[in-house]
Amino acid sequence: MIVNEKIAIDHGLKKDEYKKICELLKRTPNITELGIFSAMWNEHCSYKSSRLHLKKLPTKGKQVIQGPGENAGVVDIGDNDAIVFKIESHNHPSFIEPYQGAATGVGGIMRDVFTMGARPIANLNSIHFGSTQHKKTKNLLRGVVHGIGGYGNCMGVPTIAGQTSFDSSYNGNILVNAMTLGLVKKDKIFYSKAAGLNKPVIYVGSKTGRDGIHGASMASASFDDKIEEKKPTVQVGDPFTEKLLLEACLELMAGDSIIAIQDMGAAGLTSSSIEMASKGNLGIEINLNKVPCRETKMTPYEIMLSESQERMLIVLENGKEEQAKTIFDKWNLDFAVIGKTTKSKKIELYFDNEKVADIPVNTLVENSPMYDRKWKKAKLPKKNKNNKDDINNLKIIEVLKKILANPNICSKEWIWQQYDHTVMGDTIQKPGGDSGVVRVHGTKKAVAASVDSSAVYCWAHPLTGGKQVVCESFRNLISVGAKPIAITNCLNFGSPENEENMGEFVECVQGIGEASSYLKFPVVSGNVSFYNQTKDRGIKPTPSIGGVGLIKDYTKMTTMDFKEVDNVVLVIGKTEGHIDQSLFSRVILDEKNGPPPEINLFNEKNNGETLLKLIDSNLIKSAHDISLGGIMTAVSKMCIKGNKGINLKKPKYLISEIEYFFAEDQGRYVVEISKNDQKKVLDILNKNAVHYDQLGTINENMLFLNEKTKVTIDELKEFNTTWLKKYMSN
Amino acid sequence: MKSAVITFPGSNCDRDMDVALKKFGFKNKMVWHQDVELPKSDLVVLPGGFSYGDYLRCGSMASKSKIMQSVINFANSGGMVMGICNGFQILVETGLVPGVLLRNKYLEFICKNVFVKINDKSNIYFKDISSNVLELHIAHNDGNYFCTNDQLKEIEDNAQVAINYCDPEGKIEEPFNPNGSIKNIAGIFNKEKNVLGMMPHPERMIDPSLSGEDGSYFFKNLINNLK
Repeated sequence: MIVNEKIAIDHGLKKDEYKKICELLKRTPNITELGIFSAMWNEHCSYKSSRLHLKKLPTKGKQVIQGPGENAGVVDIGDNDAIVFKIESHNHPSFIEPYQGAATGVGGIMRDVFTMGARPIANLNSIHFGSTQHKKTKNLLRGVVHGIGGYGNCMGVPTIAGQTSFDSSYNGNILVNAMTLGLVKKDKIFYSKAAGLNKPVIYVGSKTGRDGIHGASMASASFDDKIEEKKPTVQVGDPFTEKLLLEACLELMAGDSIIAIQDMGAAGLTSSSIEMASKGNLGIEINLNKVPCRETKMTPYEIMLSESQERMLIVLENGKEEQAKTIFDKWNLDFAVIGKTTKSKKIELYFDNEKVADIPVNTLVENSPMYDRKWKKAKLPKKNKNNKDDINNLKIIEVLKKILANPNICSKEWIWQQYDHTVMGDTIQKPGGDSGVVRVHGTKKAVAASVDSSAVYCWAHPLTGGKQVVCESFRNLISVGAKPIAITNCLNFGSPENEENMGEFVECVQGIGEASSYLKFPVVSGNVSFYNQTKDRGIKPTPSIGGVGLIKDYTKMTTMDFKEVDNVVLVIGKTEGHIDQSLFSRVILDEKNGPPPEINLFNEKNNGETLLKLIDSNLIKSAHDISLGGIMTAVSKMCIKGNKGINLKKPKYLISEIEYFFAEDQGRYVVEISKNDQKKVLDILNKNAVHYDQLGTINENMLFLNEKTKVTIDELKEFNTTWLKKYMSN
Repeated sequence: MKSAVITFPGSNCDRDMDVALKKFGFKNKMVWHQDVELPKSDLVVLPGGFSYGDYLRCGSMASKSKIMQSVINFANSGGMVMGICNGFQILVETGLVPGVLLRNKYLEFICKNVFVKINDKSNIYFKDISSNVLELHIAHNDGNYFCTNDQLKEIEDNAQVAINYCDPEGKIEEPFNPNGSIKNIAGIFNKEKNVLGMMPHPERMIDPSLSGEDGSYFFKNLINNLK
């Protein structure tokens, strides 16, 4: 096939990009070469629209061992231990084929982590679906949950936390973001940089099939009416093979034979070989006849672009081939020497004794396109003028019941009960809390992780929203007693070619950068997913932030369930009564406009760090951050989890009861302390200039408000815990 | 006391079991599925996981593994063999314990704490456990125990039902049955009661920081009774 402009455009390349390829090669590429360029230059692999902006994120810190640019980020947790972690999207495939899309998303992110030598110790996910009324939502939710569980459960890695939301903007484009944490010894971290000449290049894992060809290109385009036709671009997962691959790789890594290792993820053999060569400033020569294939008569084009799962590429030390092969034989996995490193700085492919591709590596990587896309700055919306009388006439308990049963607030037990969250025997805080927590096996340390996003805030004002998500992640870690270390981000947006969507991206990234820089909570890994839209409508901007923190002594971990009758409950942080963009405003008032709550980074940091000190001094019996649904929702959940009640009293503020209890001001927590510690705690809060309110005292089983309004906790529990189960069983 | 845990390709609770056995005083050895001989052991454990991916019927491939002939011989000569979760599925496939394990009734994987009632304390596995009810943890997709009416009569007559799902007080009723098992059966013995298969994971409940501690009673008694 002779390549021309039309074929290039069919591959998702732009006219200019095709012209540039011909210039760089000083000739017309052949079809295999064109396939390689299209795979490397698509948005998903090249970050061509986002690179310019991502550069501005803070990525360094005292505990950062490896920032963005490797398979995953790495942070130091002391005693020669390090945590490797990353979040990644698998949105498009999951909408087309929810089970396999979600399953391979989980498989892919775990591979990114164990490629670096780390044993995965926890999985998390952030999943977003269309309106609960939409006809596809139920099946997509069921498929995605089964897929995540199917893969993670089989791998024997606990799924310890997650986030699920429903919003009509995802009706035609759901989001599935998967995150994995792994544990590694600091001196046994593996990287993808090839080094040395004539070193054997090894292919291990599953055989290559025709599945997932052009998966990365599919992920770089918008959906139209023909999505059913894209099913063949979705990969099929095999968690059993991945489990074998994990054990085999870790066994090989225990020795010293690996120079570089890279998993075959998006764009398969193409991106893995080019990445290793590019980082090592070397060339790679591959004989494609040596690649283990699942199907007959696969062409070089298909072999290079297949996204078959559970495969790795390794550069070995000379003479270590036999030793490595023995390990992969033991685990029943394919092992083939397919090529070698060269000094040519080119990627050279041979098939049936013919050279089928000859491309300088730098043309694919350094010379890949980078765009400074046009973007539109968002204005801060005007505050709503709500009718105070209407609000004050609402019955607070009725409002609370509605909010607790709202799909975005209700208990997600139906989901996380399908995930094995206790395998590996170190899960000390399971899903349903502020963060999931796993012990560092055999030590006193524990690692906390949470994943958050606030699409509604980001949609209302991207800059504020971007800051808010980072702050929420910070708070979720602090609420369990963990010191926040670093974040990974999954940036889900609409088309970068649309100025408004691009503006949302630019400003969310700016917000994330500002908050993470101020909170010393750097970004160490991440991924960008653009074109989350159907036809010309983008999703609400949805950056997901995965936060990781350390608990030095896990016996000091806090949970959110109320512990003891007569204990005192405080709100840490100031409540101004910000109702706009709150769940209350959207669900009860049906008001979608207005600005999101403001972020005060000084208070955020000060409140959080002070609370962490209190937790460290064993003064906090339970803690929970206040987010969606405000104080009332947070307190109710603490009651439900602890099977306790509370006598609430609104402090004498100028704002109304409804505003006080349902506002979504930021930087706040609900904490429980014992009466005996009260003076000590208040002294510390005062000394650190942290605002607090005395909210009430814990009782047996009733929620009282100002001694007149009351409801049993059992009733609240019913509203909170049954909605999703009922929805899914209808 | 010596124990051995078999690792099949796809086992994923093998390490957890190793940790638990060692914690309560066993000298444990890990045994690879392709080995032929079992090391000298007082207890052999088939751990949880997804042996061979469970792509065929759960446990069926593993039941034909090289090491399994030795395990079967060991069991038939009176040796203590315990299968947890996938291990139970493997035991069923070997025929060492009767019945089958079907897909859970609601067709979903279930991971949660459950209560089980101990039926008979005259056997070595449950002897001396003071409580009649244990809180254990389940995590499985195919734990729905089923057998024919004749088999059921036989295992009931021989008191082979080891544990049943129940409420915290020990009431064995349908609402406390997580997976649709016939008669709430969570674990059964062979006729001689040296082989035990059960779905719950005692090894995940051995520390107050985890989902609970009742698994500790199980292991403490096990090693004491074996001495």
